[in-house]
Amino acid sequence: MEYVTPKSASEASQALSQEGAFALAGGTDLLVKLKTRFVSPSVIVDIKHIPNIMTIKQSAEGWWIGAATPCAEIVEHDSLSKDWPGVVEALSLIGSTQIQGRATLGGNLCNASPAADSIPALIAAGATCVISGQVKEREEPVEKIVTAPGVTTLGKGEFIIGFKLPIPKNRSGDAYLRLIPRSEMDIAVVGAGVSLSLSEDGKIEAIRVALGAIAPTQVLLSGLEDIFIGKEPNDDAIQKLVSLAEKACKPIKDKRGTIEYRTKIAGVLAKRAFGIALKRANNY
Amino acid sequence: MSKTQVATCINGDTHEFLCETHQTLLDVLRHELDLTGSKEGCATGDCGACSVMLDDRLVCACLVLGVEVDGKEIETIEGMSSGSGLHAIQQKFIDLAALQCGICTPGVLVATKALLTKNKNPSEKEVRFWLAGNLCRCTGYDKIVRAVLEVAADMRNA
Repeated sequence: MEYVTPKSASEASQALSQEGAFALAGGTDLLVKLKTRFVSPSVIVDIKHIPNIMTIKQSAEGWWIGAATPCAEIVEHDSLSKDWPGVVEALSLIGSTQIQGRATLGGNLCNASPAADSIPALIAAGATCVISGQVKEREEPVEKIVTAPGVTTLGKGEFIIGFKLPIPKNRSGDAYLRLIPRSEMDIAVVGAGVSLSLSEDGKIEAIRVALGAIAPTQVLLSGLEDIFIGKEPNDDAIQKLVSLAEKACKPIKDKRGTIEYRTKIAGVLAKRAFGIALKRANNY
Repeated sequence: MSKTQVATCINGDTHEFLCETHQTLLDVLRHELDLTGSKEGCATGDCGACSVMLDDRLVCACLVLGVEVDGKEIETIEGMSSGSGLHAIQQKFIDLAALQCGICTPGVLVATKALLTKNKNPSEKEVRFWLAGNLCRCTGYDKIVRAVLEVAADMRNA
C-alpha cells in the first residue's frame, strides 16, 4: 500500500484515478475500514496538502469550507457559526472530541452513511460541493451526491475539494436536531435539518427541510412551497410539515428503533427543528 | 513494501522513523519509538485510550497514519510530567483515586489537559461531554469528573 501527498487538485485526481486508490482526509472512517479489511487500497491519496482544502473563507459570494477541514476547526469559527448555526451544530455532533479533531465534511458526505449528521443540515442549507476531477471541476448540490448507503455519484479520480454556502439573507435561520438513544457517542436514529428565510412582514420566503437516517439516502422534502411560501407559519402548516416528514420515511428497523418509531420521530424532529430555525430567523 | 521516511516532533524531541503506510501513529509510538504510554483499547477511535495531541488538536492516535505526521508536532502522555514531578492533573487523579486499572488513564489525562487549555472553568456537563470519547470500564466516571473539576479549580487559583 503506497502513500502519496499530492500538492494540487489535478495531481490528486490523477493519483485517485489509479486502480485501488482511496482518498484520505480525516481518516476517521477510512482507517476503521482498513483495519476491518473492508477496503484494501493499493494507494492512499492524502488530499490534505491541496490548497484551500483545509480553509474556511468568507467572500461576497458566500462561505467556502474546505472539504478536509476538521470539524473542531469549523465549530470554533464564530462568524460561520453565526451565519449557519444549524450546519455547525450538525457537524459538531459527529463523534467524540477526538473524532472532531480529524473528521471532515467531505468525509462525512463521501462515506455516504444514511445516518450522517452533516448531510441533512447541508442539504437544508442549500450547500453545494465543488468536485475536482481529471478533466474539469464541477459543482453540485449536496443532495446529488449520495445515491445509496456507501455509494456516491463521484466518478473515477473525482473528490470533493470544498463546500459553498451562501451568505444568509436577513431574517434567515437554520437548525439541525438528531435523536440518539444515549446523550453522546451514538449515531442518529433520525436527523432533521431545516433552513428558512422570512420576509420583513414575517411570511416565509424560502424553506428547505432534509431528513437523515429514515431512508437509504438523505431526503429533501418536496411539497413545502404550497404549505409555507408567502404565508405566516401556523399550526396547520406545521402539522402538514409533520405529515410530509412522516410520509418521506422508508427507514430500516434495527436496535436503535422500529420503523414506526423512526417515522414518528421524523415528524417530531422536523417540527422542533422548524421551531428553532424560525426563532433564529426572527433574531438574525 | 515501500516505507516512507517521517520526521516529527514528539514531546519537544525530533524523531525520525521509517513507516509502512498501514502503520498507525499509535503503532509507531508504541512499537517503533517505545512510547507505550498511549494505550490501544479498541483501535477504531471509540475508546480514546490512545488520545494524543496532534498540532494542538486532540485526536485518537489509532485513527492517524504514521506517514501523515511528517512535519507535525505531537504530544503524548510521556510529555505531561516535567522532570520527576507529576503534572497537577496527574497528581489529582492519584489523590482522588480517579483510576483503577489505568488503561484509559493516559488518554483521559491527555484529553483533560486539552480541555483545561481551551476552557479553564468547565461545567460538569462540559467535562462529561468533552470526555465522552474516553471510555472507562472501572470508575463509573464520577471520580474522573470530580478530579477534573477539582484540578481545574486548583489551576485557576494557582
